[in-house]
Amino acid sequence: MKTRIFASLLLGTAIGLAATSSAFAQDKTVKIGALSDQSGLYADLGGPGSTLAAQMAIEDSGLTAKGWKIDVISGDHQNKPDVGVNIARQWFDVDKVDVIVDVPNSGVALAVSNLVKEKNGVFLNSGAGTSDLTNAQCTPNTIHWTYDTYTLAHGTGTALTKNGGDTWFFITADYAFGAALERDTTAAVQASGGKVLGGVKAPINTADFSSFLLQAQASKAKVIGLANAGSDTTNSIKQAAEFGITAGGQKLAALLLFITDVHSLGLKAAQGLNFTETFYWDLNDNSRAFAKRFQDRMKNHGMPSMVHAGVYSSLVHYFKALEALGGNPHDGAKVVAKMKEIPTDDPLFGKGSIQPNGRKIHPAYLFEVKAPAESKGPWDYYKLVSTIPADQAFTPLADSKCALLKK
Amino acid sequence: MQALYAQLLVGLINGSFYALLSLGLAVIFGMLNIINFAHGALYMMGAFCAYFLLNIFGIGYWWALLIAPIAVGIFGMVLERTMLQWLAGLDHLYGLLLTFGLALIIQGVFQNYFGSSGLPYAIPDELRGGMNLGFMFLPIYRGWVVVFSLVVCFATWYLIERTRLGAYLRAATENPTLVRAFGINVPRMITLTYGLGVGLAALAGVLSAPINQVRPLMGENIIIVVFAVVVIGGMGSIMGSIITGFALGLIEGLTKYFYPEASNTVVFVLMVLVLLVKPTGLTGRAA
Repeated sequence: MKTRIFASLLLGTAIGLAATSSAFAQDKTVKIGALSDQSGLYADLGGPGSTLAAQMAIEDSGLTAKGWKIDVISGDHQNKPDVGVNIARQWFDVDKVDVIVDVPNSGVALAVSNLVKEKNGVFLNSGAGTSDLTNAQCTPNTIHWTYDTYTLAHGTGTALTKNGGDTWFFITADYAFGAALERDTTAAVQASGGKVLGGVKAPINTADFSSFLLQAQASKAKVIGLANAGSDTTNSIKQAAEFGITAGGQKLAALLLFITDVHSLGLKAAQGLNFTETFYWDLNDNSRAFAKRFQDRMKNHGMPSMVHAGVYSSLVHYFKALEALGGNPHDGAKVVAKMKEIPTDDPLFGKGSIQPNGRKIHPAYLFEVKAPAESKGPWDYYKLVSTIPADQAFTPLADSKCALLKK
Repeated sequence: MQALYAQLLVGLINGSFYALLSLGLAVIFGMLNIINFAHGALYMMGAFCAYFLLNIFGIGYWWALLIAPIAVGIFGMVLERTMLQWLAGLDHLYGLLLTFGLALIIQGVFQNYFGSSGLPYAIPDELRGGMNLGFMFLPIYRGWVVVFSLVVCFATWYLIERTRLGAYLRAATENPTLVRAFGINVPRMITLTYGLGVGLAALAGVLSAPINQVRPLMGENIIIVVFAVVVIGGMGSIMGSIITGFALGLIEGLTKYFYPEASNTVVFVLMVLVLLVKPTGLTGRAA
């Protein structure tokens, strides 16, 4: 009996020792939460495609072969900030998620960004537009990857104003994103010598835009700026053609247009539109290879949007930072600091960097939608008009009100 | 002032969709006592049906106006035969929950295969272009929608309120046992009525396909507004739902002009007011 107790005590100590020694080795588990609109108007540009992009980033990182254990879970924020925050909170508290990716809808993104800071996680935003994420509301835990309202405003807004579209009227989605986009575009238009004649705020998820379009028509502005996204934008474009607005000489500026929107509109309705994006699948060999793999695995065989590309690219860089740290410290601010330290380089966005305020910097492109006759097949939709260099595509650091910038 | 006329006309166009959809709901509620929450999903199916007809079979808009309501109507009748008929005589809540579940399933299936952005459907060549009315540019297609839905609405009203068939139908609602005693097949009549209501939803779907994108969720938002229309008009009242449909379209149009931020809520504010003042709806009789 005595020997048995002694043996079990010995065994217990041995197990205890083993446990302590393994705690000294670096933790190599990572949990990714892809939070998106899985079923509403932004589901095609983010949604399930973003979860797929995250999985592809894990596979391509090669970390699993080196003994890392990386999982992705996904959630549907339904475009409601409270729902998004609740999911994120549960992810941090119960599921021990390290990093949240995607999160389209600026309203949800700003709320989630605050929570991620409180929980000291990592927030790699790809889907949301508002430039406030790295400006007035920046945090040491958030990196805004793909694009923002400043990019869109300065790409499309400046180009159209300089081409003679010097009077503007806005149809704006009535929430954080629309407001930020209208504000940034107004600044860009005025800086290029243009004038804003007025605007109307339309509720998000409106089916019929004809009333708003008629008000825009009556304003006699040369350019009608669509500060909205997803099906709100496609419905506006389709109905503007119906009401003879484009035929009457007014130009439409779809300030935010994704390839999934162009696909849904069809080239006949979308041809000739000018807009700004930071990624297109047919840019170069790398983007084409990625797009092909993505399309094969996507349920509806859609091409990746720039949001999907951003989710992939941001995670690739995140994994680099983790490798450089030798393991996952589960300390969001520390990982983000490391990410800002290493220059970025990935197949989709090329070489770039992350500014101290959390803004990822890369070139943006002004595209025009091809006419049906110019398109060689499905998804061959864009032609490149001009490239906006990385240092001009995002808010200059001198103008940023981010508290992380010591001035 | 000119802008105001334009807004009123646009409101009338939206009103014709509300009228068509609420008419179908009113017919179904009036005759079957079912609160058909699947109406929005069936409206969406009508639009998808038109899309499939065009892209798979090469059948254009005009035939789709006939075929889609029949096809979706048959689907509706299958639903009625296999599921809804067992709920007859039970509390309204059962029908509401069943049809709500059906709507979620149908929308989920379409979304799984077609995503959420939607698919393009062009305006038929005969109805392209528009005319200048002086105060606005009216797309011919929208004018067609107003005229066509007015005709359909009043034809339906006539069928139910003024023909012998309609009289049987109303009688069957009041007292099915007695009507059966006269040798009329009541269950079959009820199935056909549900098919008619569903067909009206599908027809509205086809009409809206060229204006909106053909999207799996296109019925999700409109159905709530349409229910408000039915409640304001008086549950089950055919004429009430037609008039309220058009009237609310107009009021919404005016709101979009004067205070656009409230345009999504104005219908519900009205609903609350009407319910407070006249709980049976504008044309409803006390139960």
